Amino acid sequence: MAPPAQSQRSSSPSQPSGKSEVSDLKLQLRQLAGSRAPGVDDSKRELFKKVISYMTIGIDVSSLFGEMVMCSATSDIVLKKMCYLYVGNYAKVNPDLALLTINFLQRDCHDEDPMIRGLALRSLCSLRVANLVEYLVGPLGSGLKDSNSYVRVVAVIGVLKLYHISASTCVDADFPSTLKHLMLNDSDTQVVANCLSALQEIWSAEATTSEEASREREALISKPVIYYLLNRIKEFSEWAQCLVLELVAKYVPVESDEIFDIMNLLEDRLQHANGAVVLATIKVFLHLTLSLTDVHQQVYERIKAPLLTLVSSGSPEQSYAVLSHLHILVMRAPYIFSSDYKHFYCQYNEPSYVKRLKLEMLTAVANESNTYEIVTELCEYAANVDIPIARESIRAVGKIALQQYDVNAIVDRLLQFLEMEKDYVTAEALVLVKDLLRKYPQWSHDCIAVVGNISSKNVQEPKAKAALIWMLGEYSQDMQDAPYILESLVENWDEEHSAEVRLHLLTAVMKCFFKRPPETQNALGAALAAGIADFHQDVHDRALFYYRILQYNVSVAEHVVNPPKQAVSVFADTQSSEIKDRIFDEFNSLSVVYQKPSYMFTDKEHRGPFEFSDELGNLSIGGEAADNVVSAQSVEANDKDLLLTTSEKEETRGSSTNGSAYTAPYDSSSTSVFASQTRIESEISNPTSAGHAPQASLGIDDLLGLGLPAAPAPSSPQLKLSSKAVLDPSAFQQKWRQLPVALSQECSVSPQGVAAFTGPQALPRHMQSHSIHCIASGGQSPNFKFFFFAQKAEETSNYLVECIINTSSAKAQIKIKADDQSTSSAFSTLFQSALSRFGIP
Amino acid sequence: MISQFFVLSQRGDNIVFRDYRGEVAKGSAEIFFRKVKFWKEDGQEEAPPVFNVDGVNYFHVKVVGLLFVATTRVNVSPSLVLELLQRIARVIKDYLGVLSEDSLRKNFVLVYELLDEVIDFGYVQTTSTEVLKSYVFNEPIVVDAARLQPLGPAAIFMQGSKRMPGTAVTKSVVANEPGGRKREEIFVDIIEKISVTFSSSGYILTSEIDGTIQMKSYLTGNPEIRLALNEDLSIGRGGSVYDYRSSSGAGPVILDDCNFHESVRLDSFDMDRTLALVPPDGEFPVMNYRMTQEFKPPFRINCLIEEAGHLKAEVILKVRAEFPSNITANTVVVQMPLPKYTTRASFELEPGVVGQRTDFKEANKKLEWGLKKIVGGSEHTLRAKLTFSQESHANITKEAGPVSMTFTIPMYNASRLQVKYLQIAKKSSSYNPYRWVRYVTQANSYVARI
Repeated sequence: MAPPAQSQRSSSPSQPSGKSEVSDLKLQLRQLAGSRAPGVDDSKRELFKKVISYMTIGIDVSSLFGEMVMCSATSDIVLKKMCYLYVGNYAKVNPDLALLTINFLQRDCHDEDPMIRGLALRSLCSLRVANLVEYLVGPLGSGLKDSNSYVRVVAVIGVLKLYHISASTCVDADFPSTLKHLMLNDSDTQVVANCLSALQEIWSAEATTSEEASREREALISKPVIYYLLNRIKEFSEWAQCLVLELVAKYVPVESDEIFDIMNLLEDRLQHANGAVVLATIKVFLHLTLSLTDVHQQVYERIKAPLLTLVSSGSPEQSYAVLSHLHILVMRAPYIFSSDYKHFYCQYNEPSYVKRLKLEMLTAVANESNTYEIVTELCEYAANVDIPIARESIRAVGKIALQQYDVNAIVDRLLQFLEMEKDYVTAEALVLVKDLLRKYPQWSHDCIAVVGNISSKNVQEPKAKAALIWMLGEYSQDMQDAPYILESLVENWDEEHSAEVRLHLLTAVMKCFFKRPPETQNALGAALAAGIADFHQDVHDRALFYYRILQYNVSVAEHVVNPPKQAVSVFADTQSSEIKDRIFDEFNSLSVVYQKPSYMFTDKEHRGPFEFSDELGNLSIGGEAADNVVSAQSVEANDKDLLLTTSEKEETRGSSTNGSAYTAPYDSSSTSVFASQTRIESEISNPTSAGHAPQASLGIDDLLGLGLPAAPAPSSPQLKLSSKAVLDPSAFQQKWRQLPVALSQECSVSPQGVAAFTGPQALPRHMQSHSIHCIASGGQSPNFKFFFFAQKAEETSNYLVECIINTSSAKAQIKIKADDQSTSSAFSTLFQSALSRFGIP
Repeated sequence: MISQFFVLSQRGDNIVFRDYRGEVAKGSAEIFFRKVKFWKEDGQEEAPPVFNVDGVNYFHVKVVGLLFVATTRVNVSPSLVLELLQRIARVIKDYLGVLSEDSLRKNFVLVYELLDEVIDFGYVQTTSTEVLKSYVFNEPIVVDAARLQPLGPAAIFMQGSKRMPGTAVTKSVVANEPGGRKREEIFVDIIEKISVTFSSSGYILTSEIDGTIQMKSYLTGNPEIRLALNEDLSIGRGGSVYDYRSSSGAGPVILDDCNFHESVRLDSFDMDRTLALVPPDGEFPVMNYRMTQEFKPPFRINCLIEEAGHLKAEVILKVRAEFPSNITANTVVVQMPLPKYTTRASFELEPGVVGQRTDFKEANKKLEWGLKKIVGGSEHTLRAKLTFSQESHANITKEAGPVSMTFTIPMYNASRLQVKYLQIAKKSSSYNPYRWVRYVTQANSYVARI
């Protein structure tokens, strides 16, 4: 209880050293102990206050225990309370002396005044001395039956305290079932609430060893209990309401009518001024409607206004807690909040932790209609005095660019950042331009023109420098000075402290060499020599690897270092959707604020209401790592479905991460070298596929002297479809009328495919996973007719398909029309292979 | 469930410390304070209100420079704990009259009494000032209120040399008046915080009013109170048939949303916009509201920055008060970040002005212009000549600004929400307690981009 024995950091000059004062007090207390003179209580009060104040600032006054107990024989309640405070603080360290207090506390437990009874009982249970528990059972038993609710309130928590001192004593006295009875019958709602808290703790702890306890714990979320509590909800204090609502959120209703009954009953809780009550209510609403897509969406609409009001009222701390929850909802269903984007604008005086959440929300809600305004606002922040926030804002602009179809205007803004001549702005913008180019190679011309003007001397941050070097290597054919800039960077090799930059420099020089051999050859020689001599293991290894592969075969080297690349359609998300779902399950808890599920920051016994098996936790950590591989999964175009099946959507939400699936340079070097090595091994073991002439291994010095790389074999670009294709029905019809039939074919459907043909919906779902989208379907068994469309990944070139399937003959007739006729046969192959896989798991 | 509660001074001393469950080690206050103080090496960033160190979750709110802290190991609702900390501060203030380090130190025994009843074994029992009255026996030792900054939004009524009527906002709920008799009075404060962002062309980009109707009642016998708001008040932007937009100050008041204290009954709210309640003791918000309907901003800001020769530039700042002349804004401060390479700034005020000060904050390159008061309808200008250490390459307007402004305007509210009448139900005809209905508007984020 109360102030710990703790030393004060800043000692005031007048602070007493302790010893003499304490013995002084001891003397004075002794004199007063037996006195019955008038006014003695006042003097006692003064002395007690002194004792407590010494206790608070950390002077050990435990030696006064005996005198304090002697003086406590008083009817003065202020004195009694101070004495209880003192005893609670020191009983644990003086268990023998604590025995002295049992007597007067037990006597007070029978006092006429219910308040004295309550106070004494609370102090008795707070002694935390194991060998005194036998004295607790009696007073607790009568306390639970006390006619005064204050005493019962105290007694219920007292049972919980007893449980923590000695679980067996508590269970043997059958207190849990007494509490259960009180919970369902007591007229005082605070008694009910405390019973609920105590039982949740006791039964959760017991459930590990006792099946009965685990059944009892389950029974707390049974219909009768839940309904009983809900019917009294308005009698509870606001804090107890939170407790009850947390329980209700775990309840699984049997019928959907129940869901609406509960929601209607709790509707006015959303107007409560206490944010904790509102959030607890929202959790109930969200969890109850998980299976009802439409209602779930209505809930989002309904809770928007109350949440925004809570964010803007109350202290900054309270509003931060609410904002974190708004954040998770926005991230789950950005389209619902897309018209509220102005609420997520940052105010200049807000703390960084608030601004950061808002920037993420602004990024998430950006869509075709509001992007212009959001990006304009973000550009204002880029000039902000708060540099970390300025950086985040630039990153946000980049993220929006990566998730939009029309990035035209945004690219312009980013290029303007490069011209602002603030080093941190330039640094962030370079990294973004690099990411953009990886997704939209078609912008290379505009970007390269601007990037070419940036002097590498003005770029100091490793990430930015690496990005610049990557662009120099990747686009060396378009940048006049690329070989010379790289050369000068190689010359300063020793001054480059970042291994990341040196790794990129090696790769960039290699790339540049394959594109402009005569100009780069010197730089390459110097870079390889410096790299091989580098003290950093990864740099050394990569240089050596390049050296040897060049020695082995130049054209293989080019294949490895400079392969034809596909644009990255989706950057991997940092957090797996499973983790996000877990956090959402733990709505209205710290998980939301930390953006981590509870198993990541709490130990098992303190997980509170969120108990998950560790196994599950481990599984999802593994899942997170696996998630780094970009999946080319399709995206459901219908946002409504996404609300619940977030997994697909989250993956497409492009975020700036190192796309490890893409290309070596941005990986940690060791894995990239490894990847390259496996690649080369396969090429070596299968020389025909690589298609290179069996060149004799030339000495590297000869090679560089001659500069005779073999011409790279033209790689036939494979047709790649966009997973995000969009085409509206009227545009489809129009095109279908205009375009000639490019291909008309008949193929057969596999028996598994016919078997899977349970209705007209099954096939579109399957085809969608191959990035072929259904726009219309119809027909009855055995004849079905479908119209599909697809788009090329990097350009808006459409393919339209009419597909008639007869399930009895297992045949499909396909008509294909295409914007680009030359690729229609490639598309047809793709389409048929997708179709042939229908029904095969 | 809370493990510990403590209050730390600005220097990190324990003023009160209460361990409820013994689950968190004793050194937690020190760990917490060090973490908050050195959140980021550069000291630029503030620690968030919630963080985790070695499995212990620390929650804190800042009130009058004091840190109210709770710890727990359990994954609890952050909003519940933060709300609770704020509430504990308010309850303590209700009892002590004034919340400050001094008053807490003088009354720590009373505070322990309160804490014992508010939380038991980590579970919240009650935060009702009224219920707690029957458990608190210590008399508060009143500290001199005039010297200290009181807590809460109502504190703005204390600013300046002239006090608003009824300084009773610093009165304890349990202490008796010097005369021995309690004065029957009730305070209703309509406090609005406004946020406006002007674009560089003076057009309003965003605007919002966050308002609170705050009540503090000293009426004996807890009579029922009826509070009537504007009859044409509507709530929910989609609710009205036509979206009436006007900056001239006419038309109905449309709130986006609002919430109410649990004591408020809304039986007749839909009909005649009247709130009925039996006010509990102590200070509490009757209603919080939010409005994004367009309103007339109280100040227009005009800023011009242009180069004036080699390594020199001139700034002209104009502030115009667009409210009636019988109203005066006070404690006005205008701030503007200047280009990083500014070395010197010399100021020129209008001739003959009083109560204005200017300052160039060298450390963060900021211009600061303070005005003691601004009378409605007036306009004020500041000219500043800047000297640079280097030539500016880019657009100079991108290197400076935005201009931000803070102010307080008593007896003015931008939303036009009003308390039409305040009715106290009591039979006796001679019973006529004092009723104070006060309005005040404050800047939350008032920014003009240049």
